[in-house]
Amino acid sequence: MRYSALKVLMEGLRGHTGWKPAWRDPAPQTDYDYVIVGGGGHGLATAHYLAKVYKKARIAVLEKGWIGSGNVGRNTTIIRSNYLLDGNEPLYEFSLKLWEGLEQDLNYNAMVSQRGILNLCHSDAQRDAYRRRGNAMILNGADAELLDETQVREMAPFLDFENARFPIKGGLLQRRGGTVRHDAVAWGYARSADSYGVDIIQNCEVTGFKIEKGAIKGVETSRGYIGAKKVGVAVAGNSSRVMAMAGLRLPIESHVLQAFVSEGLKPVIPGVITFGAGHFYVSQSDKGGLVFGGDIDGYNSYAQRGNLPVVEDVLEGGMALMPMIGRARLLRMWGGLMDMSMDGSPFIDHTPIDGLYFNGGWCYGGFKATPASGYVFAHLLATDTPHETATMLRLDRFRSGAMIDEKGAGAQPNLH
Amino acid sequence: MIINHPLLGPRDAQEFVYHGDASLIDRPDANAETALDDFHDYLYLRDNPAGSHKELWFHEQGLRSWLVVTRDTTTQEISLVELASDYAKRRGWDR
Repeated sequence: MRYSALKVLMEGLRGHTGWKPAWRDPAPQTDYDYVIVGGGGHGLATAHYLAKVYKKARIAVLEKGWIGSGNVGRNTTIIRSNYLLDGNEPLYEFSLKLWEGLEQDLNYNAMVSQRGILNLCHSDAQRDAYRRRGNAMILNGADAELLDETQVREMAPFLDFENARFPIKGGLLQRRGGTVRHDAVAWGYARSADSYGVDIIQNCEVTGFKIEKGAIKGVETSRGYIGAKKVGVAVAGNSSRVMAMAGLRLPIESHVLQAFVSEGLKPVIPGVITFGAGHFYVSQSDKGGLVFGGDIDGYNSYAQRGNLPVVEDVLEGGMALMPMIGRARLLRMWGGLMDMSMDGSPFIDHTPIDGLYFNGGWCYGGFKATPASGYVFAHLLATDTPHETATMLRLDRFRSGAMIDEKGAGAQPNLH
Repeated sequence: MIINHPLLGPRDAQEFVYHGDASLIDRPDANAETALDDFHDYLYLRDNPAGSHKELWFHEQGLRSWLVVTRDTTTQEISLVELASDYAKRRGWDR
């Protein structure tokens, strides 16, 4: 069923009796050509592009709970491509281009809103670093503008420009960045993949891999054995647990990242704003809530909730940046599980096991990458060669020394 | 989170800095034939279990002692706290 304004009008006249479920609820078949483990944004996007772009059939997505129950529904909905390094920026810019055409591609309203992302700088040195980053972005086909203090004042007059410790000196603006309705991304990809014949199988937990002579044969699940020619794993947050079933240890630790939303307020924040001197970023949802977050808690965790010291740290960042936030009341806070990789960058690669592919290690940058991650993972599954934007996201890069340390912070997860 | 320091008693986890899996105590032999692989695995690969996890915490804003804390990563419940030096000696290291 194609969604359109005419369809909404017609259904309005018919009492909305003609709407069908957006995807089927099929029972698992005995075998598939492609099995995607993980029904989150990345897994569903992989299935969509595998079917639509790479014209593959007999595809299943296995999800242990309900689709979109993990990080695609727990993030702060920001999209951007303001990365520095060659290993990252082409992928994120490819992703931003896919976001721009996503709703037409999926025939689904994902509320993609390019309201801009502004990274504030607080010193001359930081401005130089942002100038370098902006130039790297432009060289990779993205957009970037360096704003001076006056331009930032026009855009966001409520910021604490005169802060004694961290005065605001300007910022790096990417106008094409913005926000997306995150749940709708999972639902849109699921609906589209389903329309191309992909089986989306929920409540189906993978409990083991069947591997013979170094090649994948299928997966054991809570709903029985499912044979597969190729298996792609996209379960960020739980990557180590799932890949351990295939005998692999990963350069990943699972950490918890908290996010927060305030009560609904009148429109006040024009786009996404990030603090350059602490870890704090904020945007405003269409419902009016201020959506913000900061650092990971910094210790291994599989609990989807965090601790109070980080709550205090995030709110201190908010108060330092925009003191008016102290008058807003916090409505909700929650946590999600991050695959923190050792250099802060993701992996999209084959594994030492034939036919088993891995997509993970997204740290807290996974949501913005969803379309490109799915696209390039589908490319890898379909062609056995990495997509041109993802050639450096290798699992063996720590052995070869080709790390992608975006922040220059060193090889330890709680530094990123 | 409260960490029950073996010498100081219960302390807020905020006083500590986290340094990851306690397997980092077991530094590989740099002269072994397999040293390159051993150090790659030691530095970069992690078991990352969901459940009981032995991990290093450094009491940076206090005694500056190293601890090995056994904590459940699914519930944050801490079952055992010991000095890293005791833990290391038990594993055959001289300090």
